[in-house]
This record gives sequence, C-alpha cells and structure tokens, in this order.
Amino acid sequence: MKNFELYEPSNVREAVATLVKIGPKAKVIGGGSDLVAGVMKDWVQGNGMPLPDALVDLSTIPQLKGIKVDKTGATIGAMTTLTEIVESKDLQKQFSLLTQAAHSVASPLIRNFGTLGGNINQRPRCWFYRGAEFNCYKKGGDFCYSVGGDNRYHAIIGGELCYIVHPSDTATALLALNAQAKIAGPRGDRTVPFDQYFIGPREDVLRENILKADEVMTEVFIPTPAPGTKQAWSKLKNRQVYDFAIVSVAAAFTTDASGNWADGRVVLGGVAPVPYRATNIENQLKGKNVKNSIKQAAATIRTAARPMSMNAYKVDVAQTMVERTILGALG
Amino acid sequence: MPDYNWPEPDSAALVGKRISRVDGPAKVTGTAKYTYDVTRPGMLYAKVLRSPYAHCRIVSIDVSAAEKLPGVEAVYVVQGAGTEIHWQGDDIAAVAAVDEQTAEDAVQNIKVQYKQLAHLVQEEDLSKAGDRAKPAAEQVVGNPDEAFAAAEAVTVEGYYGTSVVTHCCLESHGFVAEWEGDTLTVYPSTQAVERLTGQFAEALKIPATNVHTMMQYVGGGFGSKFAVDRWGIAAAHLAKQTGKPVKLMLERAPEQMVAGNRPSVYAKVKIAAKPDGTLTAWESDSWSTGGMGGGGSPPMPYIWNFPHQRKRHTAVSINAGSARAWRAPNHPQGCYVTMCSIEDLAAKLKMDPLDLVLKNIALTGERSELYRQELLKAAELMEWKRRWHPRAQGSPGPVKQGLGLALHTWAGRGHAAECRITIHPDGYVEVSTCTQDIGTGTRTVIAIVAAETLGVPMEMVKLNIGDNHLPPGGSSGGSTTVGGVSSSTRRAAMDAREQLFARIASGLGTTAENLETVNGTVRVKNDPSKGFTWKQAAAKLGVNPVSAMGKNPDEAKGALTSSGVGGVQMADVSVDTETGVVRVNKMVAVQDCGLIVDMKTAESQVYGAMIMGIGYTLFEERVMDEITGRMLNPNMEFYKLAGLADTPEMVVHMWTDAEQQKRGVIGLGEPPTISPGAAIANAVANATGVRVPTLPLTPDKVLAALEKGGLA
Repeated sequence: MKNFELYEPSNVREAVATLVKIGPKAKVIGGGSDLVAGVMKDWVQGNGMPLPDALVDLSTIPQLKGIKVDKTGATIGAMTTLTEIVESKDLQKQFSLLTQAAHSVASPLIRNFGTLGGNINQRPRCWFYRGAEFNCYKKGGDFCYSVGGDNRYHAIIGGELCYIVHPSDTATALLALNAQAKIAGPRGDRTVPFDQYFIGPREDVLRENILKADEVMTEVFIPTPAPGTKQAWSKLKNRQVYDFAIVSVAAAFTTDASGNWADGRVVLGGVAPVPYRATNIENQLKGKNVKNSIKQAAATIRTAARPMSMNAYKVDVAQTMVERTILGALG
Repeated sequence: MPDYNWPEPDSAALVGKRISRVDGPAKVTGTAKYTYDVTRPGMLYAKVLRSPYAHCRIVSIDVSAAEKLPGVEAVYVVQGAGTEIHWQGDDIAAVAAVDEQTAEDAVQNIKVQYKQLAHLVQEEDLSKAGDRAKPAAEQVVGNPDEAFAAAEAVTVEGYYGTSVVTHCCLESHGFVAEWEGDTLTVYPSTQAVERLTGQFAEALKIPATNVHTMMQYVGGGFGSKFAVDRWGIAAAHLAKQTGKPVKLMLERAPEQMVAGNRPSVYAKVKIAAKPDGTLTAWESDSWSTGGMGGGGSPPMPYIWNFPHQRKRHTAVSINAGSARAWRAPNHPQGCYVTMCSIEDLAAKLKMDPLDLVLKNIALTGERSELYRQELLKAAELMEWKRRWHPRAQGSPGPVKQGLGLALHTWAGRGHAAECRITIHPDGYVEVSTCTQDIGTGTRTVIAIVAAETLGVPMEMVKLNIGDNHLPPGGSSGGSTTVGGVSSSTRRAAMDAREQLFARIASGLGTTAENLETVNGTVRVKNDPSKGFTWKQAAAKLGVNPVSAMGKNPDEAKGALTSSGVGGVQMADVSVDTETGVVRVNKMVAVQDCGLIVDMKTAESQVYGAMIMGIGYTLFEERVMDEITGRMLNPNMEFYKLAGLADTPEMVVHMWTDAEQQKRGVIGLGEPPTISPGAAIANAVANATGVRVPTLPLTPDKVLAALEKGGLA
C-alpha cells in the first residue's frame, strides 16, 4: 500500500479545513473497510482517481457519532457504526427498513467498523474498476470493460458509459425512507435529499454522488414515517454469508383502509449506478389494491430494464423481489 | 518378534475413539505459529512484480529506480528480457525491502516493456481453441455402436461441465529464507517439508545437506503446496544477496492466479440402458484445461464399468495459471459428469436413481457389495425412499425441494515413512518423523498410535515433526499420510516396547515375551499383580533411553495399511425457481476408510470436504476476461466460498465393520470431496425438473436452465 499522511481533526471545521488545504489528494476515512482495505490496498487508481496522499480520520470527531430520535424523525451521525444502527431500539421501532438493511451489510466484524457515512459513500464493486490493471472510465480511463466482458453483476438500468451498480444497502433504504444528508463544506452546511444525492455516470463518471472533495457528510436525517407506514427490506445474494446484493429492494408505503396504495417508495439496489427509485412501479400501484396489483406493477421493471449480454437474469430477479418484498410488507 | 498388527477394537484404549486434536488449543489461542507468523531478526519483506498480461514477451526490464528507493535492499529478476510469459501474474522480478510498503512501492518503480502476444483464456467454447486443443486418441471398449443401435436401447444425451476452481488456502503460499554461510534455512508453507530440501538444493546449486527446512503449522494446502516455486527461489536469492532473512508470502490476488487450481472439464455424454435400467453403453466427448499444461483427463465413466464405451478427450492449453493437484485430482470432475448423466437417464426411464444404481451396482466391481450397503445406509439416514419424488413433482410454490446422490472412490494407501521412537528413563516418549499436519489431524493420529502401543497417556508423547533433520516422513498428498505415518509409528513403538521389555524383564522375574503394557503399567501377562507403573519401568532404564526405528512399508512387519476406500453421499436441496438461488438443506455421507485411528478427526475430514464441495458446486469459479486475458475474481469477494450460513445439516456415518478393521489404516482426506458436486446437482435436477449443465449452480444459470427446460 502507498504511504499516506494521517490527520486526526477534533471537529468538522478542522476536517474541512484540512481537506481544503491539501486538496483533492486528501480523502476522509470512516471505518476504512473500503478506502484502506479496498481501494488503497488493491491500488485502485487512475488519471481521474489518484490514490490519496493524506487521510482525514473522522473517528476523532465525537459529534459525528450518535443516534437521536424525536417526533420529527431520526438524526444519525455519519460516523455511527452499522452495528450501532442495527442495535438501536429506537431505530428498530420506527425505521426498521434501515436497521434491516444495515444488518444485511457484510459481516459482524465489518459492521463493527463500517460507518453509515462510509457505507453510503463507498466506491462501486465492479470487478473491472477494482482490478488494478483495468484503466476504465471510472478511474479516468477511456474504456468500459463490462460492455464486451463478463457483466453478470452489472447494471440493468441506467448504465451509460459505465455500468456499475451502486453497492450500498443503507443508501437504498434511506432513499426509500425519503431521508436527507447533511453536508459540511468550506461554504457552510447544506442539506441534500437523497433524491438528489446520487448521480449517474452521464453526470459525472468519476463520482457516484454530489459530495465534493472538500466536503464531509456529517449526518443523515430520516423524517418520521407517516402513521401506518409499511416497511420492508430484501436482499438477494448468491450465497448466504456476507455478499453484495444481486438485487435488493427497499419499500416504504402507506395504504388506505381498503388496502389501496396511498403513498410510498420502492427503491432497488444492485440494478443501477445509483439506488434506483422505481417510480414506474409506484405509479402503477397508486390508488390500487396493493395485493391485487403488485404482480402487474412489478412487471413494469421490465420496461425500464436494458440488460447487458450476461445479466438478463437480474431483470427476472428484480421483478420477483419487488413483488415478494411488497407482499411481505403487507404481512 | 512381536505380532505387528493393530489392536482389536474392543481392546483398544485410544484407537478408534473420539479424540480432540492435540494442537487444537494452540491453534485457537494463536500460540501455533504458521510460516506467515515467522519473524527473524533483521528480516526483510519481499514483493513480486507480476505480469499484467496473459501472454507476452519481456522486451526490457529496468530495475534501477526500484533499487535506488530508500529502504530497498535487493532486486532479483526472476524472468528477464526475452522471456515469453504465458499467464497473467507470473513472476517477473522480486524486491526485498525493510517493510512491506517500501517493497510494494519499489515494485511499482520497476519499468518493464512488454510485447503483447495473442492469448486464449477460455476453453468451454472448444470451437475457439484452434491449435490450442490437443485431442488424445479415442478409446473404445466392447462394441458401443451396436449397443446404442440396439432396438431396445433407451438413450439420453447431455452436456455437463465444471469450471476451474482454485485452492483458496487460508494461508497463502510463501517462505522465509535465511542463510548462514552456505547453509540455507527455510520456513515454508508446504505439504512437503522434506521434499523441498532437494528442490532448493538443486535450484541453488548447493548440497542438499546445506538445506534445513522447518514448518510446524500450515494454513491449508489441498494439493497446491508441494513445490519451492519461482517465488521460493527468489526469496532464497534475495536473502543471499542481502545477507538477511527474507520473507515472501503471496498476496491474495496472485495466490488465486498463480498458486494452483483444479482443471475444468466439459463433456458431451450419451449413455444407453435397457428398458429395465441395465446400463449398457457410454460415449463421451470431453475437454478440459489446466492452464498451459492442458489439464488432466478425468476418469470417465467414473466407477461404473459400462460394458461398451467410446471416449474422446481433448486437452486445451490456455493462458492462465497452471493447475495443481486439487483434493482428489480428476475425481470430482469424472464423478460429476458420470453421476449426472446416470441421473438424467434414470429420469428418462422414470426410475428412482437409487434403484437404478442399486440395479447396476455390479458394474462397480469388487467394491460393489460395500457400495450397496453404503447406499442403503445413506438412504436410511436421508429417508430417501419416503422423501424422494420424481423430477419436479415435489411441493407446489416457487421453492422446490429435491434429492440427489453420488458415489466415489479413492486409493489412499499409506506412503513410505520412517519414524524414531525414544522412551526416556523419565517415562516420556518422543516420536520423531519429518511429516507435517496439513489440517488432517496427523499430529493427533501419531500421538494416539504411540500412546496406544505403549499404554501411556497421550500427554506423555512428545512429537517432533516438520523438520527435514528428522527421519523422512513423506509428503502429504494423495491421502497417504495417515496410513503411512501411523504404520511407521506403530512398528517403531512396538519395537521400542520390545526393547524396554528386554531391559526390565529380569527385574520382574520373567522374560520379555511375557510382558505387556496396559493402561500406564508394564506387567506380566496372566499375572497382573506383578508389574511396574510405566514410570517405574522407564526408570529401570537408568541413563540409557531405548530408541527404535519403524518404517512403512515393511513387509517383514505386517501389513498395517492397504488401498481403496469409497463412499456414498446424498444431498437435499431447495431451489427458488424465481430467483435461481440454491440452498443445501442436508447432506448425508457414508464413508469407509479401513481402520479409523481417531473418529473425531476422521468425521471432521468428511464435514470439511462436504463444505468445500458445497463451495465448488454452488459458488466457486475462476472468471477470466476474454478481452484482456485477466482473472476478474482473484479475491475473496467475487471468488465466493461457502460460509457458515451456507452450511447445512450434515450427517456423517463412518463405516466401521470388522472387515474394515482388518484392512489397516487408509487415507480419507480427499475422497469425501468428490461426490458433493454430483449429489447436489442431481438434487437440483430432481427439484426443478431441469438439468443445470455446468457448475457452479449460480442463479443466472439456474434461471436460464429453467427457461430453456428439458431433460439435459
């Protein structure tokens, strides 16, 4: 691994100042399970992605840790570990979609280290991107190897130029919960709904979100779901032990007294370069009896999907998973 | 001279009992030191520059920038300008530096110019192989044409295959090398401590007497750790150049790319039977790769000696890391192709495959009666007859359950080994042999045999293994170690016991042949009141211990090992036909292996083999990128192994009748890993009604097979 300087700021302002001072070759580090044990260990670098010279360790900032739930919603510090989220009684009660998604991440050891901010902002798992020898678009190169190569795990929706799938389980759940991110930067704080947080390769192939090099995600806010909101999470993996999703589905919705879809969101992970909000499916369900309409609604994923040479199976899987997840939420 | 044999089961104090590993506590507490843990004073760390291309020629290499880097102490060019490189990851140059980071930095600073050459990295599509495909001569038995053409013949044709899989040793390959003058000390991670001696001596042009190899613990080998390898020689050269100890352990990526793999096999098979299920004819066109070497030729038809056969096999050379022995070389592939086609035939005949294999059991030859009994036992443990259903006729709903079975065999005769046993005057017993415990329980087995023979508690037996200065104990491969070292230990212990008796008999007023060792005592046969405690008896030796050598084989001293083991496995699976995900619910293994020394470690081998089998059946495959020739999954993320949550209920039944006792100790490590592929795949076919032709049975392939439909 390349050597680097380590900074240990004691507050957010100091962290941001360090990022500004060093520039784009400084990166913030949460648990480090992706940046250090992944990107840096495996020399994942390119013209558009130099390996960092400096790491700014956010674990030395106590304010970034913690879970606070009040009647408006839940505020979770970006450095809160996934284990802390999984074990939070308050979150389990009202935000079970997030606790379940967090619980499905990796293994207990990684969840003890991995943070919410790190999980949301982790880099993709594409095996070409992660291979040191593949100089792909996402690293600033001039090729996407997945188009003519083995793309069994790649995007079925929204790929263009680059066909990664967004790897974060918690991001998928947070988008379904209509959450927002709080970001600190040299120009002050800003709040960005997750609806606008993730960006696809067409917008900027070198990034997966709007976070700038001199910014730090500080916390996540999830508004209290409307009374009676049904929440469900499913994640399909090839094997049962820790793995990234082939397809994951996060659903949060309300129904009226007769079981008709009132409002809500269906979001898929593992299918697109961003957590994919399936508005087609939501619109199909609107005002209809969920139980009776879900089969037909789930099938609309087929109209959005543009599978590649080896991943058409993910369309079938996505359709099944949407149907099962929403039926599961109905109980 | 004593009667060299194994104790009768009812008189044995230790042999055949359930005994925990003697090194278990050391392993779980971390006091067991593996090669990865070895650190020597002033030790340097080595990293290797590896070829980024699957096929290329080295035009030029410039190491000057790397050499100048502060902290770099030596650079050794493994393959210089002009060399043709045949696979990605092959060693080009190695660097020794004061720490790992500096060595890695230095590797990045080596400038190499390559000329890329055309590569081939896939073999499943044989039409693309061109002159890389090398067909072997056709083999014919009987008259297959006539048998297939017979009016009554029921035939089934199918396509079956297993991908290349890697060994995934938890501890990667590597060495620590250290010189003192012209003498080299090596700490290897190996299955062959003594065999490496000659390999190092030859490569470094020094006398074999100048090589000292030592290893106490190894984190897995599975057939991939028998050689010094290019990187071992590089470590020795770097240590020589710097005059300091050098540690070179492979990173995970090269471990997956260049440190061995199991050859693939793909086969088009046609088999025929009479309408009653009697198997008549086999025809197969198969091909495989093991890298540039082309790979092995799996035994087909496996176990079943069809009266009429035609076989053609083609080896394909590809630009990927070379194959090495992989737990039961060639057998899992042969078993998979054969047992799947037989199951497909049973489905076509609308027969229960258990009935079909029982009907044809005579075709398995001399083992057939034992196989028949093992099949019935496995069927009982799986409740096969109650639970089996014809294909795709299980429960309604998207999740389908099914059962499958397979049979396997292996040789496993104990290898050549020598052992020295010393009984010290304080009663402690020393057993010395240059073997190694690759996780199979070899240490425990040796301690059991010595303690049983001398009638002492296992705690009084001190083992010296893993050092080439000890009597030769053989390499650990082919499931031959336990048979070999238990036999040499038994003979040495019996001879040492005779010497002890001879030295102390007069003190008990009798002669040596009237003495016996029982439960910590040395006493007169038929007069248990006359005797010494073991410690008293040993004390009579005065200042001179007794010491005896035992070896295997030793025809004058009985036959303590033999050859030929086998077993039956059955799998119960659930297949989600809407997601393609397969889960193994339960596996049953019935296994024979002669006399069992330690029931607990024996069962453990079978459990481990089944878990490994679930991995290669459901998840594992080496994925190559055809465009660049590179491996896409040289890691533990995309090269998926089975974990605890993927592990089903496992029932192991070791076959221990009087007949097995008489056969002596035979190897067990490999055979139980042969059947899982076929047993699980057959269960998936039974559940879904369709054949998923190639392993691993991943969701994409399961869904594709369901969409396509059809028998095979």
